[in-house]
Amino acid sequence: MSSDTVIIGCCGANLASLAFALRRLGCEAPISEDPERVRLASHVILPGVGAADDAMSRLALAGFGELVPTLTQPVLGICLGMQLLFTASDEDDAACLDIIAERVAALQKHPERPVPHMGWNQLEIGTDTPLLRNIANGDYAYFVHSFAAPVGGYTRATADYGVAFSAVVEQDNFFGTQFHPERSSTLGATLLSNFLKL
Amino acid sequence: MGDILELASRYRDEGADELVFYDITASPDGRTVDRSWVNRVAEVLDIPFCVAGGIRSVADAEEILNFGAEKISVNTPALEDPDLIDRLVKRFGSQCVVIGIDSLEQSGNYQVYQYTGDVDRTEASRYRTLPWVREVQDRGAGEIVLNCMNRDGVRRGYDIVQLAKVRAVCDVPLIASGGAGEMPHFREVFEESQVDGALAASVFHSAAIPIPDLKIYLIAAGVRIRPPDDRRSH
Repeated sequence: MSSDTVIIGCCGANLASLAFALRRLGCEAPISEDPERVRLASHVILPGVGAADDAMSRLALAGFGELVPTLTQPVLGICLGMQLLFTASDEDDAACLDIIAERVAALQKHPERPVPHMGWNQLEIGTDTPLLRNIANGDYAYFVHSFAAPVGGYTRATADYGVAFSAVVEQDNFFGTQFHPERSSTLGATLLSNFLKL
Repeated sequence: MGDILELASRYRDEGADELVFYDITASPDGRTVDRSWVNRVAEVLDIPFCVAGGIRSVADAEEILNFGAEKISVNTPALEDPDLIDRLVKRFGSQCVVIGIDSLEQSGNYQVYQYTGDVDRTEASRYRTLPWVREVQDRGAGEIVLNCMNRDGVRRGYDIVQLAKVRAVCDVPLIASGGAGEMPHFREVFEESQVDGALAASVFHSAAIPIPDLKIYLIAAGVRIRPPDDRRSH
């Protein structure tokens, strides 16, 4: 693949699996903490694990806080990286990147639904998006999260965990998946490949 | 190493939902071990995997997670130093921290065993199973793998009764281990013990139970799971 994809490296551990997933698609994506390098990329991936406020401070410290909302190439936020695209998160009341005007909320605990929501769950596909090409309604993806974005105009697929939440989002050139495509078997590979073709 | 990668790829293609690697090279004497194999496994796997064995510190766990594992599973070191669970959870979050429990039924009581990786050292710990299950959750463990030692390797079915008792006090995902011999055993453990996952080794290694067949069987029985992956062949 000829695209010049860059992974923003400051908000998370376990970037190895994402880089390997891209490599299996023929894409060698460097992990960068340099805003200038990221600005010049053809595609940008923002993975994240951990807490929202901590990730936001690390983004800000590395100079990404102002850059990311101004990017015009396709950007894919994964898991916490998707949540960071929103205005704010109830997780420690963190102010986020404010690209999608909505607030991320905590998943509610239930005896039959432990939090974090961890495991394979089905996607319900809504509005058409190139990101979900060749992915069918009811296909399974791998989730690990305690917070989730509500369903809104930006939602392209939902998953259900007692309540429906956004599993795939899209706004202009910004995309996000609450699940981990790098751990979602061939569904994940299909989605990443769709993203690289944008 | 070739064998591990071959097996990992095979299970990936057969539609396994998650793999657990028991690192038997992680010796109990605590010497440094080479864990770079985790990185090579991460290179071929596109499903979550967990590494168990020899994790005694936050640094051990960090190395494994950075190599690309999704979770780490701790057994005896958590019994020796329960505070290790809190430290791991604080550093990596509950979702990474699995506690493995080897439990043996003795005249109606369930006792946690330790050093089970070494037959000569295996002994009862100071914990009864149900209190230990509660304690590890209080300390933040995100998942429990309960290996019922009475059934381990016997292939006569999971310990439905014990697993149901543990289920009643376990609010985090519970994975059944020990005893799988035929497909109905899996159905039984999901339906009667309400576990979130079923782990097996020998019946899959020997291909006595092919994973795609098992999944089709369970789906037909009404168990909600991810179907075998039909994209693999394309």
